[in-house]
Amino acid sequence: MNKKQKKMLARIIISAALIVLFSMLPIDGYVEFVLFMVPYLVIGYDILKKAWKGILNRQVFDENFLMAVATIGAILLRDYKEGVAVMLFYQIGELFQSYAVGKSRRNISELMDIRPDYANVETDGKLEKVDPDEVAVGTIIVVQPGEKIPIDGIVTEGKTSLNTSALTGESLPREVAEGDEVISGCINMSGLIRIRTTKEFGESTVSKILELMENSSSLKSRSENFISKFAKYYTPAVCYGALALAFLPPLVRMIFMGLSPMWGDWIYRALTFLVISCPCALVISIPLGFFAGIGGASKAGVLVKGSNYLEALSQTKTVVFDKTGTMTEGVFEVNGVHHSKMADQKLLEYAALAESASSHPISKSLQKACQKPLDRTRVTDIEEIGGNGITAKVDGIPVAVGNAKLMERIGVTPMDCHHVGTVVHVAVNGEYEGHILISDRIKPHAKQAIENLKKAGVTRTVMLTGDRKRVADSVAAELGIDEVHSELLPADKVSRVEELLSKKGEKETLAFVGDGINDAPVLSRADIGIAMGAMGSDAAIEAADIVLMDDDPLKIATAIRISKRCLRIVYENIYFAIGIKLICLLLGALGIANMWMAIFADVGVMILAVLNAIRTLFVKNM
Amino acid sequence: MKKTYKIDVDCANCANKMEEAAKATAGVKDATVNFMMLKMIVEFEDGQDPKSVMKEVLKNCKKVEDDCEIYL
Repeated sequence: MNKKQKKMLARIIISAALIVLFSMLPIDGYVEFVLFMVPYLVIGYDILKKAWKGILNRQVFDENFLMAVATIGAILLRDYKEGVAVMLFYQIGELFQSYAVGKSRRNISELMDIRPDYANVETDGKLEKVDPDEVAVGTIIVVQPGEKIPIDGIVTEGKTSLNTSALTGESLPREVAEGDEVISGCINMSGLIRIRTTKEFGESTVSKILELMENSSSLKSRSENFISKFAKYYTPAVCYGALALAFLPPLVRMIFMGLSPMWGDWIYRALTFLVISCPCALVISIPLGFFAGIGGASKAGVLVKGSNYLEALSQTKTVVFDKTGTMTEGVFEVNGVHHSKMADQKLLEYAALAESASSHPISKSLQKACQKPLDRTRVTDIEEIGGNGITAKVDGIPVAVGNAKLMERIGVTPMDCHHVGTVVHVAVNGEYEGHILISDRIKPHAKQAIENLKKAGVTRTVMLTGDRKRVADSVAAELGIDEVHSELLPADKVSRVEELLSKKGEKETLAFVGDGINDAPVLSRADIGIAMGAMGSDAAIEAADIVLMDDDPLKIATAIRISKRCLRIVYENIYFAIGIKLICLLLGALGIANMWMAIFADVGVMILAVLNAIRTLFVKNM
Repeated sequence: MKKTYKIDVDCANCANKMEEAAKATAGVKDATVNFMMLKMIVEFEDGQDPKSVMKEVLKNCKKVEDDCEIYL
């Protein structure tokens, strides 16, 4: 609690004690009035002051004014106890609200506490702590176990495991060693590492994420806008309603019905109206719900750039995927060696050696599959034939590695492959020796991810890819994706998404999931652009509305579930708060609800709505 | 031009009122108050001096909610 809140708590305790004490005394008339004015002023002086200033500034219909009029009215009707109690409960409600909001603000900023305070720079063998902002690109920094990596870079010495959970929500540690890229914000868990920085602090992942988080929830959702509009009309409407309730029925009774006007009774009913009319519960619980929802999502490694996106995400019915890097790993891997007359490993070795000078992803995957260090001196006469492959001499034996065209060119007949992927034919010494199948690997959770999306209410899944039809169809079939469009250029992807956008229903939204490489235009064209595996990719963080920190496709469904739950809680609050208020207004008008009930309708509903809103922060097992 | 200011205000409805007041100030193109982050993001019209505009914004905000602060 801060100073302001502590002071308020003291005022609440003092006036509550006084009220209880005075209620037990056998007093009436003037003495009662004077005595009850003490706790009234203790608890309500600031409200009265604010109400007065509001009138001076022509801002009449605010809650201070309402409370002032309601309580003064009650006191004039000689309901001293009720007048003071209404003020007391109103202040208790305000205190609770400010405490709850402050608490969740702190909770969420703790979640976002990934800002590194310093970087260790080694000068003359001594470690010096410096401001990360002052570290130039290319500096070697030291990160000890338990410390945060302050700046993106490459490990130059040492190996360790990193805790990335603050960034990704993933609890499994990541092993890194010399030569690996590391991103800022991870916590070094086991060993000391040295890192050569590749970016300035301001450009590092951690700064980008902090910037994003701080600006999130500034984009307001439709529900938030609805509530602030609602509050604007609701309060004056109830005030005029109260005025009408105070004067019309007594006048009607007096003039047309010849009954006694019962002024006191009707004014009391009007005052309960005023107490109920405060829009606090609504106005606080809706943004709080979204704020906590965004906070909870970031705990799960899902960064949402604004409450409007969280709202849109909850209505997602169509999800469009990019293939490479989203549903597949985007790295090539040797998946098999077919029709080989020699040992598979031997064939791989020939192919890898021939390709050893190339840095093409396919050559890399061949070298990786070889599983042993390659002695490049065994290779001579390397000749690269553009679009065909490579010919070279390995241990003096001519080897040709490439596509079917290359095989025909050197006069051997290649065998076709029935599998999906890139086929690399190998000929050794002028003889066809079989082919190696290289393909992109489907991510381990991809199938489960599609199933979860369907469970989360997504009715249509579409995959767009620039890859060949055969590959695309096979991936889509394996994953259970409804629709697939292949052999698309980047511009085609935009037009496909536009076509899908025009076909969907009005209340439904379309999300596009990509890895941020080459698909920025599509990310921004879709209702919601989701970038995955964005750790370290600035372009993706900028273009997308929602950023999945790691590249696990399961997180898409998690994000949708979190958004749905958040929206459900927000709507619960809207219906609950408006519903209770309307019922109490009705009961108040009929004279059934007294001021005690009115204060419950105001403060009690607010407390319940705030507690409900805070639930959105908890996203375990989502 | 967009600028972000730190603010202090106690209730969410007051924050909405501050937003309205800021929007209505001359020289302000658009304004958003983020109650949860206690921030005001003001977009100024071209050729306006943020400093003098913000003084007006603060004055207008004080009118609708006495108990508020914008840290300029």
